[in-house]
Amino acid sequence: MSTLAVQIADFLIAALILVGAGFALVGSWGLVRLPSLMTRLHGPTKATTLGVGGVLIASMIFWPVHEGRYTLHELLITIFLFIAAPITANMIGKAHLHRQGNYIDPNPADDIREGLPERDRWATFTTDES
Amino acid sequence: MIDFAVSAGFAIIALALVLNLYRLLRGPTRGDRILALDTMLINAIALIVLYGIYERSTFYFEASLLLAMVGFVGTVAYTKFLLRGDIVE
Repeated sequence: MSTLAVQIADFLIAALILVGAGFALVGSWGLVRLPSLMTRLHGPTKATTLGVGGVLIASMIFWPVHEGRYTLHELLITIFLFIAAPITANMIGKAHLHRQGNYIDPNPADDIREGLPERDRWATFTTDES
Repeated sequence: MIDFAVSAGFAIIALALVLNLYRLLRGPTRGDRILALDTMLINAIALIVLYGIYERSTFYFEASLLLAMVGFVGTVAYTKFLLRGDIVE
């Protein structure tokens, strides 16, 4: 491979690593900064997953260019993370909805204060807690 | 250039891990702690992949793949425990 191509690949790898790490930082900052759990779910599920995807793509470019071997592990990790993130967010949101009772937690963004429906009308809530 | 980018990536992701640790300790609900733990795992996967580039070694891919799978199962188990009071019914 010519020197120019290696330099372009190097630039691409460095940019992808920095952008990916930056997205991971933005997701974690959202986890600290946002007001309630339902809004906090947005940061890690979207920004952090995208950031890890960027780092993994950088690694996928790095190995053929510099070490001359092709790896498919990154693709596997990426696919697994992108499948797992929405399921995790759904489960956490559902657990939060069921644990918080009939109150919506305060969210300054929208001024919703009215209660949720009765618990026994929820399809997934079948334990006899009361 | 790559070494500089990898070092900067280490620093940025370490900062992200510290922010996650703050949310993990602070709470206030259990869902927040589960979410913070899950995010810490994802950031740790990024850190391990970066360390693999830094060391020029492919041994770390198995570790990160295993961490991704076990972390997902663990998070689902936590939320399932919160939802149902039991993991395997």
